[in-house]
Amino acid sequence: MSDLIQVLKERDVNNMTIVRILLAFLCIAFTVSCNRPAQTANTLVYCSEGSPESLNPQQVLSGTGRNATATTIYDRLVDFKPGTTSLVPALAESWTVSDDRTTYDFTLRRGVKFHKTEFFEPQREFNADDVVFSIERQRDENHPFHRVGGGSYQYFQGMGMDKLIVSVMRIDDHRVRIVLLRPDATFLANMAMPFMSILSAEYGAKLLAAGTPEKIDTQPIGTGPYAFKSYLKDSTIRFVANAAYWNGKPNIENLVFAITPDASVRLQKLKKGECQIAVSPAPADLTAIRGDKQLVLDEEDGLNIGYVAMNVEKPPFDNVLVRRAVAHALNKQAYIDAIYLGNARPAINPYPSTIWSYTDQVRVYQHDLEKARALLAEAGYAQGFTTTLWTLPVTRPYNPNGRKMGEMMQADLAKVGIKVELVTYDWATYLAKVKLGEHQMVQLGWSGDNGDPDNFLYTLLSCDSVTRGSNNSRYCNADFNRIISEARTANDIEVRTRLYQQALVLLSEDEPIIPIAHSKVFRALSNRVKGYTMNAFDLDYFASLTLESS
Amino acid sequence: MFKLGALTTTLLGISLIAFFAIRFVPGDPVVLMIGERGADPQQYREAVARLGLDKPMAWQYVSFLGRAVRGDLGTSISSGRDVSTELLARWPATLELGVAALLLAVLVGVPIGVVAAIYRDTLLDRVLTACSLAGYSTPNFWLGLLLILLFSVALNLLPVSGRLDTAFDVWNVTGFMLIDTLLPAARAQYGLFAFYSALHHLVLPTVTMATIPIAVFARMTRASMVEVLSEDYILAARARGLSPVRIIGLHALRNALLPIIVVIGLHFLNVAIAGAIMTETIFGWPGIGSYIVSSVYARDYPVIQGSILVIGVVVILTNGAVDVLSRLANPRMR
Repeated sequence: MSDLIQVLKERDVNNMTIVRILLAFLCIAFTVSCNRPAQTANTLVYCSEGSPESLNPQQVLSGTGRNATATTIYDRLVDFKPGTTSLVPALAESWTVSDDRTTYDFTLRRGVKFHKTEFFEPQREFNADDVVFSIERQRDENHPFHRVGGGSYQYFQGMGMDKLIVSVMRIDDHRVRIVLLRPDATFLANMAMPFMSILSAEYGAKLLAAGTPEKIDTQPIGTGPYAFKSYLKDSTIRFVANAAYWNGKPNIENLVFAITPDASVRLQKLKKGECQIAVSPAPADLTAIRGDKQLVLDEEDGLNIGYVAMNVEKPPFDNVLVRRAVAHALNKQAYIDAIYLGNARPAINPYPSTIWSYTDQVRVYQHDLEKARALLAEAGYAQGFTTTLWTLPVTRPYNPNGRKMGEMMQADLAKVGIKVELVTYDWATYLAKVKLGEHQMVQLGWSGDNGDPDNFLYTLLSCDSVTRGSNNSRYCNADFNRIISEARTANDIEVRTRLYQQALVLLSEDEPIIPIAHSKVFRALSNRVKGYTMNAFDLDYFASLTLESS
Repeated sequence: MFKLGALTTTLLGISLIAFFAIRFVPGDPVVLMIGERGADPQQYREAVARLGLDKPMAWQYVSFLGRAVRGDLGTSISSGRDVSTELLARWPATLELGVAALLLAVLVGVPIGVVAAIYRDTLLDRVLTACSLAGYSTPNFWLGLLLILLFSVALNLLPVSGRLDTAFDVWNVTGFMLIDTLLPAARAQYGLFAFYSALHHLVLPTVTMATIPIAVFARMTRASMVEVLSEDYILAARARGLSPVRIIGLHALRNALLPIIVVIGLHFLNVAIAGAIMTETIFGWPGIGSYIVSSVYARDYPVIQGSILVIGVVVILTNGAVDVLSRLANPRMR
């Protein structure tokens, strides 16, 4: 405080200043736009929906958290090719896999530089130590950085990497060996996910010596296209282009995240030119955005599924005929028109057709009330029955309005004699109760992490996932489980494809969940932004963008 | 001494509510973090233990209280940062907006009340009363969006949200944007443009937050003025032939303002905190209000209980200050 008084004293408060401050108030009253200096043409403002939980991609779960770290500040050994789910080399130039497929040797790219900023000047280039440091921080509980920032590595654990990786070794400066417990075909795709970003071991050592290890997550240093500049809590995050970026200097010099939680406010800011990219526009605004010449609406089939799960441990849903009857009774297209406003595709499988191994040669349940009634009669429920349906209490891309969808389902099921009572809880309670299996029918969904079929089938339908709390039909079929386990350890993609197609057919016969829709994901952009590629993982890449002058 | 006892009891009550209210709402932060993904039971238990949520609730409360007394409010579950530091960093934004809204409310609300009292029971009075009723009944979040649509988008006069145009990169010294933009470093780089921008960004949220207090102050002023104007000494002043300006300005208003000062003081917190919850969320204003909203969604227990406790303390202190002030201003209360 005394500093401030000193500053104020030293300031040349002359009469002119006071007059100018008064003028400022007048400005507001009258002309109002007398103040705006030209925004430098080389600044892109990105309206994000929230604040990042941390500036460390190993510890974030939200979309903003991932975009504020993984696609800006950091790189990984491998990455997803923009706009696809296929993998390309990044900080690793190449890799070899041992015959038993448990040992991966990565050859690292040479000449990659970490960011040089006001708070850190790297003395060496990226090497094997950085890879070991980044993985061991998450894996080894005795690592000096493991407990920094709370010690919670949700994704690393959630994807099973803590159990899968046995060791990470430096072979030499430019080679790293990772040994796995067992062969796992999803390992490489996991390596491309944000939480496997590479941090600087040199920076870590320097912070540890200075007694401020926590700065590694608040003043991050990476190798990515943008270097961190400053973060004003809940307000703005600033980045500057990394001139020494190994994949070429980004076109746009300054990148600013303007944190704007309200979807309609984001849209207004975009319209006014206060930002150039707005994430997740509200479904009701999409038509207006399409009609606006200044704006571009980019859309992409999301890697997601909204579904209804039937608890197969409880009658009457332990009877496959009943589950099939319910599937025939539901009118998916009507939900897509009314709830998703047409911005989704009807689903017949747990994952969308953009993921390899998708097949439509499964048992498809057309909307057919006659069939539904016949199946119910065959199952011994000619008079129908009474049950409950839990409706999703939160808005998710895979289901924008659970309550309304529940009402439509209730009406559909009433036509075949099934009386449905709608139930819902607040989100935290809902998740906790579903995990315990208290429900009969429940609406839920999933957004994929890495584009691998296993990420959907294992998470949503394996026997393991019943206790994990993500298999909400509590379906545990030994044959299905064997097929997906085999597919997970198989190496050849053709073998895996065949196995997953078998699994999908088997699943459609049993129908423990009724897939409803794969929704689209959206970004609203200013028409000045060129070179933007939508990404099914909800990640935004800024390095290749250009901004036309207005 | 009695006052001190009452103060401690009140604070203890607040801490109890702050601690238990959010815990009686079902769901825990770990379940929320895991979400649709699921986690095996061992991972879940580890995560709960890491946050200290596996201990008995009474133990958790006592340890929270013990640390709070020493000024340590714990660590945020979602960000892993110190709650006291985070709260401290957010107060300036909330205060800046609160003070601006309070000033506007006094400058507009009190004159409206005076005018309405002077022209009591005329058409003008009824129009003003109707306006203040409308102001009082307008929800903040709705008004905020409406103002954005009108002044920012349709008329293109004011910015949509935030505290400063993103073109300005002003160093955060005091946290008060109107001060930071006037410091020499910012002045050297941007002249007064950054300050203008900060003022501009303050307009819509201030107006949004001020509508309710304007209505309250107007009504209170009117009631108080009506009462004072019917007093004998006003009649006497008139009889002595004093000018109406002197009567109203000097004799009536001064006496009528006494109860209003109390209302303004008490209302300041309503303005700054209750109003802040919605207004800050809409206008992307990084203060206490938006902090609490996001923490409730995340069930971030330490942040919620810490914020409520701090707000409780501030409310009690303000009440005390208002009490003292009104005693000083009005000898009859001594």
